[in-house]
Amino acid sequence: MRKQIVRSVFLAAGLGLMAGGALAQKTETEKGIDRYRELIADGNPAELWEMQGQELWKKKAGPNQVSLEKCDLGLGAGVVKGAFVSLPRYFADTGKVMDLEGRLAHCMKTIQGIEPKVSTYNRDDHKNIVALVTWIAAESKGMPVNVPQNHPEEKRVYEVGKRAFFYRAGPYDFACATCHAEDNKRIRLQGLPNLLKKEPAGSAYTSWPAYRVSNGELWPMNKRLEDCFRQQRFPELKFSSELSVALSMYMGVNGNGVASLAPTIKR
Amino acid sequence: MSKKIVLTAVASALVLAGCAGQYGAMSDLDQMTQGIVKVSFQEKGIAKLDRLNQDEVNAACSAAEMFGKDLDASVRKRVEDANMKTIKFPADGKFIGDWKRGESIAQGGRGMTYSDSAGSANGGNCYNCHQISKAEISYGTLGPSLYQYGKLRGDGDAVIKYTWGKLYNAKAYNACTNMPRFGHAGILTEVQMKDLMALLLDPNSPVNK
Repeated sequence: MRKQIVRSVFLAAGLGLMAGGALAQKTETEKGIDRYRELIADGNPAELWEMQGQELWKKKAGPNQVSLEKCDLGLGAGVVKGAFVSLPRYFADTGKVMDLEGRLAHCMKTIQGIEPKVSTYNRDDHKNIVALVTWIAAESKGMPVNVPQNHPEEKRVYEVGKRAFFYRAGPYDFACATCHAEDNKRIRLQGLPNLLKKEPAGSAYTSWPAYRVSNGELWPMNKRLEDCFRQQRFPELKFSSELSVALSMYMGVNGNGVASLAPTIKR
Repeated sequence: MSKKIVLTAVASALVLAGCAGQYGAMSDLDQMTQGIVKVSFQEKGIAKLDRLNQDEVNAACSAAEMFGKDLDASVRKRVEDANMKTIKFPADGKFIGDWKRGESIAQGGRGMTYSDSAGSANGGNCYNCHQISKAEISYGTLGPSLYQYGKLRGDGDAVIKYTWGKLYNAKAYNACTNMPRFGHAGILTEVQMKDLMALLLDPNSPVNK
């Protein structure tokens, strides 16, 4: 229902644009997009995932019948507030830099005794990961991005992320940088953040998890990256792979200091 | 496992020393990134893992762009020459197809993702990055406007061959352009490219009105 209304409004806005003069086109286009964003921002269905995530965090589950409340997301066991804006980071217990989604899977395994099935988006245990990250992200809303670069591993992963960002390949020769290394560029009418710059990088990094109006799905960062690569005509990015973590680290560090937006609502 | 630790240690040392990834030489971090790219994807549908391999022009442009530099002049000449050699002109000598079909190809954005099936006709993705006809206001800005392309340039032999070459393999003219190599990479067929040529160059095309 909501989806339909939003679509109709967008269509109406689009028709209005076409009737507009050619000279005012760019401004009118941008105004139309802004109007659409305002309309959909009023009431974000991501709240449903947030509530579910909060329950899942406290719920006893798995062979060990314990909750995730002892899970260390980087700021100490059980600390949720501020965790989202300071990930990925290095974890001494695994000797690895991990992102939020990968760390949650790790906690399910080590604390609850679950062998988490997370390879397919929104299936099996991944459903719970989606809800958990939405709640955990919401707990950091408004806090500045603060992805660390203290441990040598964090610095190495950033450098890998930077190289991965510029890695051109596939039948279309696309890299992340093809679309995300300049200001004020668009694909069709979709604005493209320049991920080399602080403000757009920080906003983009904290725009996920997001509720997507076009398909009614809740997308965390890994799913966002996977779909970017799909459109780059690459093979399928694996869940919380080294590359996902490295690109998240690169984006996050580039956006350090920007106030976190997640969860957001997107077209 | 122990290899990974060693690599990590080497890379960390390089980062700390501030001498990692000198442009032009393949650093340990570059090699490590290639390894990480290879293990972070799985094949799906038509998108196999060989898509992750870089040819010389992609490898050279990736490395240069990361440092915000232009290609070394000799490298640029070599890769542009190599790409120029791939360009095949239409066997029947006819370059101009149907602009109406061209418009529909320019609008289409599908094809070659892992969710597309093999054998289906690919779109040209043109409006994703370019303004083309004036009627379509939903256009991207990653590439230059092509509105009035033919009107501004005419339809002389040199313009026709250049435009064909640019569609077939844009890297022949500008090594690190963001434009895909539609002919060379097998994204569009010869017939489809002829139709796009008509969209750009036919005096009756809305692009040139």
